[in-house]
Amino acid sequence: MLRQKAFMKKTKSGKVLKVVKEHYLRDDIWCSVETCKVCEHTEPVLSAVPSINKAFRLPHYIIPDTNIFINQIDVMEHPLITNVIVLQTVLEEVKHLSLPIHQRVRDMIANKEKRFYVFSNEHHRGTFIEKLKDESPNDRNDRAIRVATKWYGNHIKDLNPRVSVVMMTDDAGNRDKATADGLQAISVKWYIEALDNTEILDMMSSAKDLDDGQKTIYDEHLSPAHVSNGIKSGKYLQGKLGISSHNYLEGSIYTKINGEEGTILIVGRSNLNRAVDGDIIAVELLPKSEWRTTPTGVVVDEEEEQAEEESLKAEQEAAATAVKEDAVMAEPEAEKPAAVETHKLDTPQPCGKVVGIIRRNWRQYCGFIDRKSVHTPAGSSAPVNVLFYAMESKIPKIKIRTRQAHALLGKRIIVAIDSWPRTSRYPIGHFIRALGEAGDKSTETEVLLLEHDVPFHEFSKQVLSFLPVEGENWVVQPEHFAGREDFRSLNVCSIDPPGCTDIDDALHVVPLANGNYQVGVHIADVTHFVKPGNVMDQEAASRGTTVYLVDKRIDMLPSLLGTNLCSLRSNVERLAFSCIWELNKDAEIVNVRFTKSVIASKASLTYEEAQNRIDDANMQDDVTSGIRILNMLAKKLKQRRLDMGALTLASPEVRFSLERDTQDPVDVEMKELKETNALVEEFMLLANISVARKIYEKFPDSAMLRCHPQPPSANFEKLEKAVARFGIDIDHSTSKTLSDSLDNAVLPEEPYFNKLLRIMTTRCMMQALYFCSGAQIEQEFRHYGLATDIYTHFTSPIRRYSDVMVHRQLHAAIDSSLAYGDELTDKEKMNDLCGNLNHRNRMAQQAARSSVELFTHLFFKNKTEEEEGYVIRILKNAFIVLIPKYGIEGIIYASAKVPKTADSGDAAAQPQPILVYNPETDCLQSTETLAEGETPKTQVQLFQKVMVQISIDDDLKGGGEGGMRQKLKMELLKPWIEGISVHGISNKDDPEAHALTSKKREEAPGQDQDKKRAGKRTKA
Amino acid sequence: MSHNQIGLRIDGRRPAELRKITSTTCVLSQADGSAYLEHGNTKVLAAVYGPREARHRALVLHDRAILNVELNVAPFSSGERRRRSKNDKRLLEMASFVKQTFEPVVIATLYPRSQIDIYLQVIQHDGGTLQACINATTLALIDAGIAMTDYVCACTAGWVEREAAIDLNYIEESSDTSEVTIAMLPKSSKITLAQMESRLHVDKLEEVFRLAGEGCKQMYEVMDKTIRDRAEDLARKMTV
Repeated sequence: MLRQKAFMKKTKSGKVLKVVKEHYLRDDIWCSVETCKVCEHTEPVLSAVPSINKAFRLPHYIIPDTNIFINQIDVMEHPLITNVIVLQTVLEEVKHLSLPIHQRVRDMIANKEKRFYVFSNEHHRGTFIEKLKDESPNDRNDRAIRVATKWYGNHIKDLNPRVSVVMMTDDAGNRDKATADGLQAISVKWYIEALDNTEILDMMSSAKDLDDGQKTIYDEHLSPAHVSNGIKSGKYLQGKLGISSHNYLEGSIYTKINGEEGTILIVGRSNLNRAVDGDIIAVELLPKSEWRTTPTGVVVDEEEEQAEEESLKAEQEAAATAVKEDAVMAEPEAEKPAAVETHKLDTPQPCGKVVGIIRRNWRQYCGFIDRKSVHTPAGSSAPVNVLFYAMESKIPKIKIRTRQAHALLGKRIIVAIDSWPRTSRYPIGHFIRALGEAGDKSTETEVLLLEHDVPFHEFSKQVLSFLPVEGENWVVQPEHFAGREDFRSLNVCSIDPPGCTDIDDALHVVPLANGNYQVGVHIADVTHFVKPGNVMDQEAASRGTTVYLVDKRIDMLPSLLGTNLCSLRSNVERLAFSCIWELNKDAEIVNVRFTKSVIASKASLTYEEAQNRIDDANMQDDVTSGIRILNMLAKKLKQRRLDMGALTLASPEVRFSLERDTQDPVDVEMKELKETNALVEEFMLLANISVARKIYEKFPDSAMLRCHPQPPSANFEKLEKAVARFGIDIDHSTSKTLSDSLDNAVLPEEPYFNKLLRIMTTRCMMQALYFCSGAQIEQEFRHYGLATDIYTHFTSPIRRYSDVMVHRQLHAAIDSSLAYGDELTDKEKMNDLCGNLNHRNRMAQQAARSSVELFTHLFFKNKTEEEEGYVIRILKNAFIVLIPKYGIEGIIYASAKVPKTADSGDAAAQPQPILVYNPETDCLQSTETLAEGETPKTQVQLFQKVMVQISIDDDLKGGGEGGMRQKLKMELLKPWIEGISVHGISNKDDPEAHALTSKKREEAPGQDQDKKRAGKRTKA
Repeated sequence: MSHNQIGLRIDGRRPAELRKITSTTCVLSQADGSAYLEHGNTKVLAAVYGPREARHRALVLHDRAILNVELNVAPFSSGERRRRSKNDKRLLEMASFVKQTFEPVVIATLYPRSQIDIYLQVIQHDGGTLQACINATTLALIDAGIAMTDYVCACTAGWVEREAAIDLNYIEESSDTSEVTIAMLPKSSKITLAQMESRLHVDKLEEVFRLAGEGCKQMYEVMDKTIRDRAEDLARKMTV
């Protein structure tokens, strides 16, 4: 049967079009119930006897409406919910409202165990309905759901009268209409409560009942139409909110203000107006008189917390006597300005106020329940509202309602935000699941993977189905030689770090008759196994990179490929993609060619083994002499690169020795670099540059390249000021001048100074990024750090997806008969892919850093050490110290806190600064009044050497105000500053110093990436 | 669309299903042969004049007839009203496709020194204009009694949302799909036209071609029925 659908549509350019669509109704859409004889489905999804809920006596199928999925997706995902009929009407509405939720529904449908069946009611002859006159689309869809429910009810009645269909909706009106039609309808709440399972009860999203009697704390958000008009007219500014990692009440957006790019600060709870980090928001500029100067302070918002806690307590007591439905918190007293008083600078920074939220960026958050917010006696299972701290300090506390508060204390849990009504100080969320005990290594590892959005689930069967069927027994067959060169006789060897199992590069060199050398870099031919567009390829593209944690590796490709079939292990034949140069004696390229090949590596060496071979004069075999030639050439390459202005930067990287069984760290050492590291690196750089030129030539619009933008001079301001004290000048106008000034910056009395300077210069750098050549002008292709005009990643396809793409492009570039799809040529797709890879890369780096941090904490457990450190950053009321030996950083606060007085609302609880920030010298100095030209008694400045005491706070399980976030504790020993410094281990009982350090919320060192960004923003 | 979950296309069809086809012949009394054909909402009118004396002496071929195809798209045929000039390159190209398709099928040597005019009018456009034009032309030529070796049945197929599908409608066509139009002689399965303007991965080409071929066979059933019904109808009228 055929229906026409006709409707009017407004196009982007404002024209009004009439769209006419065909809509076919069918007789062959089946019910998919296992025992149905009438329908002709082949693979039924719904079981014949579905589950029973106490609310009904009969087994039943559930038909949820759209809002159930939108609001209660976590409940729907719970394993208890099965045998659900997802109507097409509902699925389309979900897709329209929220793509991420639509994806989650689709995942559930794909999961056989969930038994979710999509019923195409819109194309079913018996369930299709026309929109009535004066009926709104929503009403029409609700009616469609009722009609479909009715159809199913009748259909199933004939089959088995003991089974029924239940419509699930939270819309009371819809339920009434359904009941009038003789249907069974139920709300989620009722249904879930009848399940009698605390876990799923907690997962229920809280109802958004707004009580008019409540005092509103926040201004109303403007309507979307209002906002978009305001943005068009320039009244409002749009941007992505970034919250400072030091202060969750201070955020900023980067946008165009009157045609100039700049940062707008948004300070304080009411100005932020319920925006959360990452949201796309509309901001209205405040009048100039309210603009502020750069505040980079760490905020301890004591009052407000206190008040909240009390209100919770009062509420929970009330709840204990009479269990209220959906209690909303009583409001605490008026709020105090939370930010630290700032110094006036000459040019105030523009400040703004959030007027509307264009797109939320809410996700699921890992964190823990604030012990102080739980007041009910242990063992009580009455629902209570408690506060949740996210691990990420940028996220506000989240109010959740749980029945298992005591069981969850001391655990890491995942929580989602449901809503943030005007009457609630904090967003309201619900519990999703518990990860495990805090402080436990596997739990914390999972937390850091989740927090950094690293996909770490096992590879699905579908992905694995694209592996070669031979599995481990796969060998190079004669047919593989088609289109490949046979390099099996060459003396190829690989050099990698010890314990490396995914070997993706190998080298060889052959002296030629004309005195030149033939040098080959052989890269694992991953694209032979990973074909474009299949599920394995999509999975790899989404993972983007392999993530290396201290004790494990999250692979991008299944390990059969990564550590076996692609890995260029010694003495087995492997497929490779080779880059062959002819280099002259001065390591200049005479010519270069690329080819697919078959190699058989003669040796897999570690850096150390290779170094020993070079040094051992007795070794004269072919492989060793090859390495010596390569080493000679690499040195020349490196020298030339340095002459061109390539930077040698440094980062405090450490390596843990892990105990074999428990994987607990037993020792920490700095990563050591050998000559052979540089050897491999030089040839990889050379290969990457050569490949970049080749693919750019073939795909001028869509080549995948990597650039490293020149850092803006603002990034260097503070560093320049600090080193000027030592009579050192940093010229960062080009990488060459920067490199030279770094080489010259040596202090004879302080050997570590140069390394420290390089570490800090690294932090002034921009991030290197993947990009699509068609999206940028050629001048911006430059790689600043490597001082080359074009660069890409070709040499690690096992662990980076970018390299996989580059392999494909290079293959297309050298083999003109190769057929390829638009994945290599489509500029837009390539751009999107680059965006994802950049994101994944950044996340992988941060996850790796967090993992190091986690192991550092484990290492320092029950230890207290005194170490030498350097001041590397000055904040308004704190400074950050780097410990070179362990590569860790910690905050030391420059203010002492007066012990809490009885009336906590009093100003006396504000921290008393002992050192204050001097913006002119970028120093922290003592507060005594100074005469002209006199230096203050004590001051803390950049590069200053200090002694600190490092220990781990035992209070990991929460309880204090920072609860579990407080981990690594750093206390100042030298220089002695009254009120800040502590005495050494021998004199630990100093009450004041102890109170000072343990009461504060410390920043974990691994977040320095965020700090850097926050720093940049405020400077920009 | 939620293609993979319910296996239905945006308008409720399955991948290998044609739209509703309606066709009639002999709709214009002035023409020697004519046909009206609907592929869902794509509606085409075809008129055939000839064989008749050629207009321009210079074009006359002494041993065979020449084919002349003119194609017009009504300004009201799509959602946005738009008048096309007669020299629109797109239309001229499409007309020449139709011409090329029929040149090997029409037995032109039977009509030396003459001309066969085929006029096509697209009344409504909802994807697959070329296939509809070819199919309508076949019917009109048969209606005009012009000798042909076989029917010519055309069908489009393309790769829509990770699946091959036939007879794409306008929405499916416009979402950046690779679309193939093929015209086939159903008895011999010979292809007289295969036309594609976008890139399609070579691995998918075979599947798309296979489906399009199946579509042509389905098309043949429909067209053959129209002709037979028409003939029966005529026969009935003559006996009465």
